[in-house]
Amino acid sequence: MKRRDFIHLSGLGLGAMMVPGLVAHSKPIEEAQLMSPGIDVAAKKLLADVALNTTKSLGATYTDVRIGRYLQQFLFTREKNVQGITNAESFGVGIRVIANGTWGFSATSDVTPDGIKKCAETAVAIAKANSKLQKEPVQLAPVESYGEVSWKTPIQKNAMEIPVKDKIDLLLSVNNAALDNGAAFVNSALFMVNEQKYFASTDGSYIDQDVHRIWPNFTVTAVDREKGLFRSRQALSAPMGMGYEYLDGLESEKIMNPAGFNSYRNSYDMVEDAIAAANHAKEKLSAKSVMPGKYDLMLDPDHLGLTIHESVGHPLELDRVLGYEANYAGTSFATLDKWETKDFQYGSDKVNIVADKIQPNSLGYVGWDDEGVKTKEWDLIKNGKLVNYQAIRDQAKIIGEKESHGCCYADNWSSVQFQRMANVSLKPGSEKMSAHDMIKDIEKGIYILGRGSYSIDQQRYNFQFGGQVFYEIKNGEIAGMLEDVAYQSNTQEFWNSCSAICDKDDYKLFGTFFDGKGQPSQASAVSHGSSTTRFDGVNVINTGRSI
Amino acid sequence: MAILTKEEAKAIIDKVLSYAKADETEVTISGGRTGNIRYARNTVNTSGETNEIGLSITSVYGKKSGSTTINELDDESLKKAVARAEEIAKLAPENPEYMPMLGPQNYGESKTFVSSTDAIDPDYRAQVAIDSIKPCEENNLTAAGYLEDFSGFVATGNSKGLFGYNQSTSVDFTVTVRTADGTGSGYAGKDFNDVNLLKSGPVTNIAVQKAKASVNAQAIEPGKYTVILEPMAANDLLRLMAFGMDARNADEGRSFLSKRGGGTKLGEKLFDERVNIYSDPNHPDIPSAPWSGDGLPMEKTTWVENGVVKNMYYSRYWAEKQGVQPVPRPRGMIFEGGDESLLDMIRNTERGVLVTRFWYIRSVDPQTLLYTGLTRDGTFYIENGQIKFPVKNFRFNESPIIMLNNIEAMGKPERTNGNMVPPMKIRDFTFTSLSDAV
Repeated sequence: MKRRDFIHLSGLGLGAMMVPGLVAHSKPIEEAQLMSPGIDVAAKKLLADVALNTTKSLGATYTDVRIGRYLQQFLFTREKNVQGITNAESFGVGIRVIANGTWGFSATSDVTPDGIKKCAETAVAIAKANSKLQKEPVQLAPVESYGEVSWKTPIQKNAMEIPVKDKIDLLLSVNNAALDNGAAFVNSALFMVNEQKYFASTDGSYIDQDVHRIWPNFTVTAVDREKGLFRSRQALSAPMGMGYEYLDGLESEKIMNPAGFNSYRNSYDMVEDAIAAANHAKEKLSAKSVMPGKYDLMLDPDHLGLTIHESVGHPLELDRVLGYEANYAGTSFATLDKWETKDFQYGSDKVNIVADKIQPNSLGYVGWDDEGVKTKEWDLIKNGKLVNYQAIRDQAKIIGEKESHGCCYADNWSSVQFQRMANVSLKPGSEKMSAHDMIKDIEKGIYILGRGSYSIDQQRYNFQFGGQVFYEIKNGEIAGMLEDVAYQSNTQEFWNSCSAICDKDDYKLFGTFFDGKGQPSQASAVSHGSSTTRFDGVNVINTGRSI
Repeated sequence: MAILTKEEAKAIIDKVLSYAKADETEVTISGGRTGNIRYARNTVNTSGETNEIGLSITSVYGKKSGSTTINELDDESLKKAVARAEEIAKLAPENPEYMPMLGPQNYGESKTFVSSTDAIDPDYRAQVAIDSIKPCEENNLTAAGYLEDFSGFVATGNSKGLFGYNQSTSVDFTVTVRTADGTGSGYAGKDFNDVNLLKSGPVTNIAVQKAKASVNAQAIEPGKYTVILEPMAANDLLRLMAFGMDARNADEGRSFLSKRGGGTKLGEKLFDERVNIYSDPNHPDIPSAPWSGDGLPMEKTTWVENGVVKNMYYSRYWAEKQGVQPVPRPRGMIFEGGDESLLDMIRNTERGVLVTRFWYIRSVDPQTLLYTGLTRDGTFYIENGQIKFPVKNFRFNESPIIMLNNIEAMGKPERTNGNMVPPMKIRDFTFTSLSDAV
């Protein structure tokens, strides 16, 4: 029996431990505790100094301490019922050291001077023990000493302060809207996260950060019992690095798309989207099955974000390129020799892809990463050419960088931080173009919106993506809904077929809360921005079967 | 101390129940040690060990339920936790699907705990890594692997007199071996309750052989092929079907088991008559805990017999609503096989593809259980009864329902990721494109 099964087994009733996506060591708490501030900064500094002093006296050459309080509130409903309300807190400290040129890590939930001292001693002992197997000493890229600083996600409304009743009322009104419009079933959920992270290191930084994220989501299902068919449509929301204001549904953030319904930028109208979803789910039951072949694809940012994530974000993670993830997530086709030529044509010259940890409203947005590096934006692909990877302090030298990119992250105080994907985004086109302009030039195409089925090989060459809704494009116009659509391509071929990108007014963020990597696996939240983009002559297959 | 005896656990549970004032109270204590070692590029990256114990309390008033979890087991902490769970329950909305807690149950003895696995220490884990890395270094190959072991217990009791205690151990080892030039890759993995059954050297050797043999793979046209799926590959697809046999989804018209015009496919022949699938908590190779997630005793259950669907999972709530007996979801499935060895299957194949494992499998259409994914770490072309050459990896789009109607032959089941799965020879398996990935 695996650990995960064991956790499932341990709650016979409605144990909060069964909720998916909770961070490690989470304990249920009362709603009011989500708003309590936790221990103050001065106390955290004193505790951090216990660790820094202990490890120094034991011969460590570098130490960082992360005191983390991870708050989560998850709400789940189904049709007229509330299925679950989880308020959870995970609190503890993780200490990472270099001793004898080797990493050591230890963590404890005993956040007292004694607990931290013991934990620091263990971290050094582990580093020294592991140094016997070490082949090359760790070398860290230099980092500035920032002193005592702080950063907070620029939210307008702290989602934790909104009463649960209001949130449940919203979800039940979303469900009612879907049911009133012909849905047979609807599940809706709200995920809210607040990471209160204190970082201190022997490089002289004491960094206090307060990070907020929110994700409204639903799945609406329509059923045709006579034909024995069912079809679903998920929310076209994105998880965001925002407060509860994301759910304001501002008209100014809506974009009417060429298929005739609203897409949402930095403000989401959940009820309106649920009505559209019910109508789409019903329409899908009788939509035309796609004729396989080559089509020009027009991909909405709600969809393209996942394609960027899988075919650009992951292959340009340096630890994958080097083979550290070979037994789990895989390696990468984007090998160092390709990058070294400075001429590897990843995509067409229209393709400019940047990585960042500073984009407002994004999931990756923080002031400093989890090893005290100030965050920034940098180029990954410039005019179609591969120019850089994502690297942290102990990797920077491998690609000749003088400093880390600032994309180190741990999903909990108890997990060791490592290189994770930054926000990876496609820059909008420089010429004025809306999705309505783009469609006019497409003779035979498919317009795809929403995140569907996705699969890519372990080196990120061959992929297949589905979506939530598909529309046939004929001679510059929408010609009705399609079903059974998936496109298959090769990363380099696909990005080189990119022929047009809408401008910045069409730009929006896609995201995921649960990007998985590492063994034991850690989750990370990441956004991907893009505007509606055209790809020419992509292979589309028909996924309809009869059983 | 992360592992409590049955008596120690019962004493704590009884104490918590004595503090409780709610209509119904359930207490679960679980704890144990999880250890791991991870290596890549022929060197150890991380290793660790976590000892944890936790107690969760669920309090219920009417149909309102609240839970809390604590790690401290002193009287004061227990009292506070009971009060907190009761407070949360009073504020919770009613759950119309709440089912009253079960009274005393008869749970059988389980064989999930093996003392050899309980005795694993950091030295053992380091030795596994060394035994795996050494042959790779000697052959100019690169190993990346992961070992995770667990030893722990779970005890549960409630205010209606139910009590259960179970101890279990597990070990899971996987390794990927790649050639230095990156043109060959092999994979192997094993999982057991008893670590004495794990031979990490020989497991690594399988990955070594596959890595060497897969160098310079040739491209062959995608299309429909006869495939021989090693147990790991077969399990990747079959488990997705077997663990999706939920009665509620079927009754609601949103499952591959829903029937046109209403109703379900229970009792219908969906597969080749050689398909037999069952679960058994006392199976010697995949023993599991004696109770299910909703507290019901686990029993041997037939899911598919001679190709006919015999059972679906019914939660206690859905069973009551439908007027049937609840059927708990099992933890491991046994897919019965046949007599042919993998070697026999290869010998009897005129033209086909041998698949080591699949990767990145995702649902494409839940209506037909169509899945997509890719082959990985050892894919070979078979002609006239012999493995001829390694082939480039394929993307597939296939449904396990269709697969189980196209069976040519099956071998002896092996434990794979907690299930018993045979190697299978399947005709007309649909590969839709090629991948350059190694």
